[in-house]
Amino acid sequence: MRAGGGFGLGLSFFLIVVVLVPFSVGPQNALLAEIAPGVLWLGALLACLLSLDRIFALDWEDGSLDLLATSPLPMEAIVSVKALAHWLTTGLPLVLAAPVLGLLLSLPQEGYRWVIISLFLGTPALSVIGTFGAALTVGLKRGGLLLSLLVLPLYVPTLIFGAEVARRGAEGLAVTTPLLLLAGITCGTIALLPFASAAVLRVNLR
Amino acid sequence: MMLSVSDLMISRGGIPVLEGLSFALGAGDVLVLRGPNGCGKTTLLRTLAGLQLPVSGRIDVASESLVYAAHADGIKTTLTVTENLRFWAQVFGQENIMPAIEAFHLAPLADRPAGALSAGQKRRLGLARLLVTGRAIWVLDEPTVSLDAEAVAMFATAVRTHVADGGAALIATHIDLGLREARLLDLEPYRARALATDDFDGSFL
Repeated sequence: MRAGGGFGLGLSFFLIVVVLVPFSVGPQNALLAEIAPGVLWLGALLACLLSLDRIFALDWEDGSLDLLATSPLPMEAIVSVKALAHWLTTGLPLVLAAPVLGLLLSLPQEGYRWVIISLFLGTPALSVIGTFGAALTVGLKRGGLLLSLLVLPLYVPTLIFGAEVARRGAEGLAVTTPLLLLAGITCGTIALLPFASAAVLRVNLR
Repeated sequence: MMLSVSDLMISRGGIPVLEGLSFALGAGDVLVLRGPNGCGKTTLLRTLAGLQLPVSGRIDVASESLVYAAHADGIKTTLTVTENLRFWAQVFGQENIMPAIEAFHLAPLADRPAGALSAGQKRRLGLARLLVTGRAIWVLDEPTVSLDAEAVAMFATAVRTHVADGGAALIATHIDLGLREARLLDLEPYRARALATDDFDGSFL
């Protein structure tokens, strides 16, 4: 949609975080290389968080959410498409930008593949969980703070396993276990959370 | 009967607003809801649209037969008039948007972004949405806000055409639409006297 906003916001925030980290850490390439996977994951997560409140806010304000809710489309489909749209405009650009920004953090060569794979697997979960948070707080004025507080703990497992995949990959260790857990979290959230999001949205529209 | 309501009690925020309400709407009917501000017109329409549950009573309506138009028009400001109508037509599985554009004289505005429209023009676009849904029962909340006399006449013609084709309309409004066939329903006698329910948790859901 041409609604504007979300697309550049997350990406530029990611860029800012990752560009500033080497300045704050100082000229220690070894240390940077060590923390690079974690920084990339944290940056991606915060960038994702930043655009969450826009998922339903505009539709709520102009009344289209009410009208969509009374339309023949099932609410579960609406929230799934919203999550997909959020991932396409926020998650996917982050995945694509990550290798470029990895260069700035002197990410070890073998790390690139696993950073991209882990972000590609993990960011859909961030979007789906974020959509659930946005559905919970829709209609609240300045709901952004509450949204972040609600969503952050739910983001923790994805962050732990995603960053673990990236770190192990960068160090050349076996990644199978965290990779499977990350994939499991993503598949689980995609399968279950749209129903929860649709339910809380129905309650919020009353 | 396309829509029948019997002994309906509805609440807003856990406080009952209307009770004992019964009415029916058949093909070709226009029912105008009247009542002072805050008497529960919007709550009633939202309940009929399925956005909230009634406290008690029955609402009988065929599924997928009703379309609701709220105070807000649900217009995306960055899309053009045509794109907005096409979007809603697709949502409701319809294709032809030309009758809607003609009924509300939107042709000269068709390629303008909806954000550049005046309040009245936006409202006309919001009402044109009703025609692209292909639904039989229109449930309208203050449809004539910010419309000029000419546009109100356009709207009245659209309603008349719709009910002549076997549709029905339920309209909450304060002004006279010039629809002679319309029945009036004053909500004042149905105001709830009962106290709030003691379902404390339920009032948050």
